[in-house]
Amino acid sequence: MRGVSIVLAAGLLALGVGSPAATDGYVAIGGGTFRSVLPAGPGIEQVEIARYRLATTPVTNAQFLAFVRQHPQWRRDRVARLFADESYLKAWAGPVSPGPAAPADAPVVQVSWFAASAYCESIDARLPTWYEWEYAAAADETRADARSDPAFRARMLSWYARTADTPAEVGQGPANAYGVHDLHALVWEWVSDFNALMVSTDSRDQGEDPDLLKFCGAGAITMQDKENYAVLMRIAMLSSLQGAYTTANLGFRCARDGEEP
Amino acid sequence: MRSIRRLLRGIATICVAVTFSVAAQDLPDDSVYQLQMSLQTQADTASTLDRWRGHPVLVSMFYASCGYVCPLLIRSTQQLDRGLEASVRRNLRVILVSFDPDNDTPEVLAALSSKHGIDDARWMLARADAGDVRKLAAVLGIQYRKLPDGGFNHATIISLLGPDGRVLATTSNPSHPEPEFVAALKKIAVTRENVSTP
Repeated sequence: MRGVSIVLAAGLLALGVGSPAATDGYVAIGGGTFRSVLPAGPGIEQVEIARYRLATTPVTNAQFLAFVRQHPQWRRDRVARLFADESYLKAWAGPVSPGPAAPADAPVVQVSWFAASAYCESIDARLPTWYEWEYAAAADETRADARSDPAFRARMLSWYARTADTPAEVGQGPANAYGVHDLHALVWEWVSDFNALMVSTDSRDQGEDPDLLKFCGAGAITMQDKENYAVLMRIAMLSSLQGAYTTANLGFRCARDGEEP
Repeated sequence: MRSIRRLLRGIATICVAVTFSVAAQDLPDDSVYQLQMSLQTQADTASTLDRWRGHPVLVSMFYASCGYVCPLLIRSTQQLDRGLEASVRRNLRVILVSFDPDNDTPEVLAALSSKHGIDDARWMLARADAGDVRKLAAVLGIQYRKLPDGGFNHATIISLLGPDGRVLATTSNPSHPEPEFVAALKKIAVTRENVSTP
């Protein structure tokens, strides 16, 4: 089976199927400290964020199609169940044809964390960390950090209150102060450390009873900025996932370290 | 009549044998061994997650500088191991992968192994690249987070893998594992021994 996959991949490369990286735009962000909703530790309000580059838009169906063509082990009819559940790319018309329900320029959804990680690795990128995502998402169109503005919070919440339908094309929403689109109003997005968010940051919690760590409460208690419901909801949602899970409104974008290469 | 039945049983046995050998080449697609990751062991040798494919394997994660939970994990797993009958135990393998690849060098892992009197022939303490560590944790459903003091807070989950790497049972309570977990452990080990000797 693996031999067949390699032959197919080689064949597709010979046909000149383009790299999905070609159309990805990145902007440089950050460097410095940031007050996250999730503190780094007890009494440590500021987290350090090294300078990074973030894709300006989520990955589209067209980009993900190019990826599964180059890496057929990620086709929905070939993917190992360990890495993606039954609804992986289910809205697509076929394993290598997104079809009308998944327009080329709409964000790809129903992708697992493993698949999203593999996509980013295939273009020498990675998923952003939670802190990187949150940092970029704190900006509105003009301010790097608009989170204390009630109007900004209300706008975020109004999107989360909407019912899900087929997502629109990426890049149609306004760019934020960094030039990044669609962080709030299009799809939820995977982060590299989705399985770290609700773990308590207080090392004292590891002493008494290892069972405590199974519960979300320990992490939730330490959250700062409890008024920021939209961001808290996102953390709760991401924490409830397993790496193989896929949902109809969960996509991703990639990130890279540092400045332009 | 009896001879026909015996013949049919013989054919059935052959079919089962053929099925097994095919399955051995092609992993079940929910097998943990689908995750191909390189490991560096306490003996400073390169290894892989599926090193002990064919055996029942207990897999979990830890880190060496951990004060309380990880020694408890190691000790409880050793107790679990020692509680098994010798014939069952001979087949069982244990893989513990570190959350902390920066600090848990082969030397550190070797020291930890000798401190706990670990059976290096059947136990692997290992480090892996940071990205692979996060993937293994996702496969095993283990949430973890690095702390500012360099430690890690983490869930403790031990997974029992069958010979093909499928998760047969898990426990979050290594010192008092659920009866179902212990039963699954004894059952798989016995089944394995009845099938063949490695």
